[in-house]
Amino acid sequence: MSVLRFSGYIIKNLFQKPATSMYPLKKQKCFDRTRGHISIDIDACVFCGMCSRKCPSGAIGVDRQVKQWDIERLKCIQCSCCVEVCPKKCLSMKNAYTAPSVGSVKDVFHARVPDNQPNS
Amino acid sequence: MSKRTIVPFGPQHPVLPEPIHLDLVLEDEKVVEAIPSIGFVHRGLEKLVEKKEFTEYVYVAERICGICSFMHGMGYCQAVENIMGIKIPERAEYLRTLWAELSRIHSHLLWLGLLADAFGFESLFMHCWKLREQILDVFESTTGGRVIFSVCKIGGVRKDIDQDTLKGIVAVIDKMQKELKELTDVFIEDYSVKHRLVGVGVLTKQEAHEVGAVGPMMRASGINQDMRKLGYAAYKYLDFEPVVENDGDCYARTLVRIREIYQSMDLIRQCAAKMPEGEIEEKFKGMPSGERFERLEQPRGEVIYYVKANGTKFLDRVRVRTPTFTNVPALLKILQGCDLADVPMMVLTIDPCISCTER
Amino acid sequence: MVDKQTIIEVKVDELVDKAVLMKGQGYRLVQISCTYKENFEITYSFDKDYELVHYRIHVERDEEILSISQIFFSAFIYENELKDLFGVKIKDIAIDYEGGLYRVAKKAPFAPQNKEEEEAKHV
Repeated sequence: MSVLRFSGYIIKNLFQKPATSMYPLKKQKCFDRTRGHISIDIDACVFCGMCSRKCPSGAIGVDRQVKQWDIERLKCIQCSCCVEVCPKKCLSMKNAYTAPSVGSVKDVFHARVPDNQPNS
Repeated sequence: MSKRTIVPFGPQHPVLPEPIHLDLVLEDEKVVEAIPSIGFVHRGLEKLVEKKEFTEYVYVAERICGICSFMHGMGYCQAVENIMGIKIPERAEYLRTLWAELSRIHSHLLWLGLLADAFGFESLFMHCWKLREQILDVFESTTGGRVIFSVCKIGGVRKDIDQDTLKGIVAVIDKMQKELKELTDVFIEDYSVKHRLVGVGVLTKQEAHEVGAVGPMMRASGINQDMRKLGYAAYKYLDFEPVVENDGDCYARTLVRIREIYQSMDLIRQCAAKMPEGEIEEKFKGMPSGERFERLEQPRGEVIYYVKANGTKFLDRVRVRTPTFTNVPALLKILQGCDLADVPMMVLTIDPCISCTER
Repeated sequence: MVDKQTIIEVKVDELVDKAVLMKGQGYRLVQISCTYKENFEITYSFDKDYELVHYRIHVERDEEILSISQIFFSAFIYENELKDLFGVKIKDIAIDYEGGLYRVAKKAPFAPQNKEEEEAKHV
């Protein structure tokens, strides 16, 4: 029959639970490989600046003098290029998405200065 | 002769997810002439190649389009690899083919949904996109991205798929095929759907050849040409025949795309069965020098990458000629003499991807 | 298994004849592309049975060339693109946008804008 082909679906839909999930209330499941955001183990970082030179969108900034590593979260395109080029493997891709925001978000990380050294 | 009116169509229109503008010259209800105008979202990505190293440009190439993103990256990589004479490992070839075919399924399902939406069948649209979600989940679990995968690199791929996941993908495909059958039966047999599609926007074989139509548009008009037959990536090891219909109307174009979904499912099964073990990338040294035209079959048709390298890490020129750009003259051809009410249908059946068109 | 690609260099005034010849043999226009290297390097590609044929012409910046859109209708869109992005002068295009196909902020953005950029291309 060429008419009312879709009626079965419609009736089924009436008695089914919604196919979508209640997003902000129910947390979305992420896969192991999901490219969510970049995280850094700042104590292992040697501030070579490789990640900032290779970043296609220029989201990462590295300052060797003050031992600072920063990333602009909204500029990052989650390509995980920096993770691959990092010589110390201190960068990693975490599978939780970056939180939504209205303006640009810059996360700044500083290397810990050991207690017995003078703070430069 | 009756009075002529010019009706602007787009850039904002309910059936258009992306901006294209058409000036429709009408005589009563009939379209006499259509003049397209694009350029609302032109980004000049081709020029960016002078500022990005050739290895980095893969990321830019992938972001040309959000639907066929993987194939853009793949085409660019293939062109550079062929210039440099890199032979990528067989497993990488298979993985690329697998992701490319999954992309084709997701793109065609997206298009089927949009088509249903264009003729006002909202619930069918929702169901198509619900099915598509399963493919996006496969992408996210294997590559890490739902839309932009970033798995293609010059010399191979960046991520491997293990045997269990491969079986999982085939299981998803098998499950999907049953659900898809029910949906596509609606497209193929439903009275109201057929009423909107059959005999609308006919492009004859002769016309299709003259205006240089590509992809499903060309194959729906009876021209048997599919760039996958060129045997790039793993297509040389796989067994398939191009899908061809002869009527050249909107219905034929829908049929071609529906049959291509099933074909892609079959190709994925073949890929999973034949995939050899081994390395996934080939290390390379040096800079490319030379030029090359590389052709690929995207969901929307034949795409061409032209890469000209000069032996430094910055390329001279990259040009991407996308399928929608080539199908615009074909669209003008079918718009001549149609009813105003059918215009959205026809614009949709060329599967317009304006982001591709305006790199 | 990489196929060899040959690009046939032709003179500017031979191009239209070549296009007519290609049309007669049942070829399809695949693309027209342009690169700027000292002068415009325009490549016309034709396809028949999965085989590509490329013709290349070299055009100076102020030289005017003839459109092939009277022979291959679909050429009009590529020729307008060349006109908008590179500023190639092409006459008799079937549908001529006069530089209005792309809405670009500055004229001919893909061609060198000033002397320094021009000299960089001459290496």
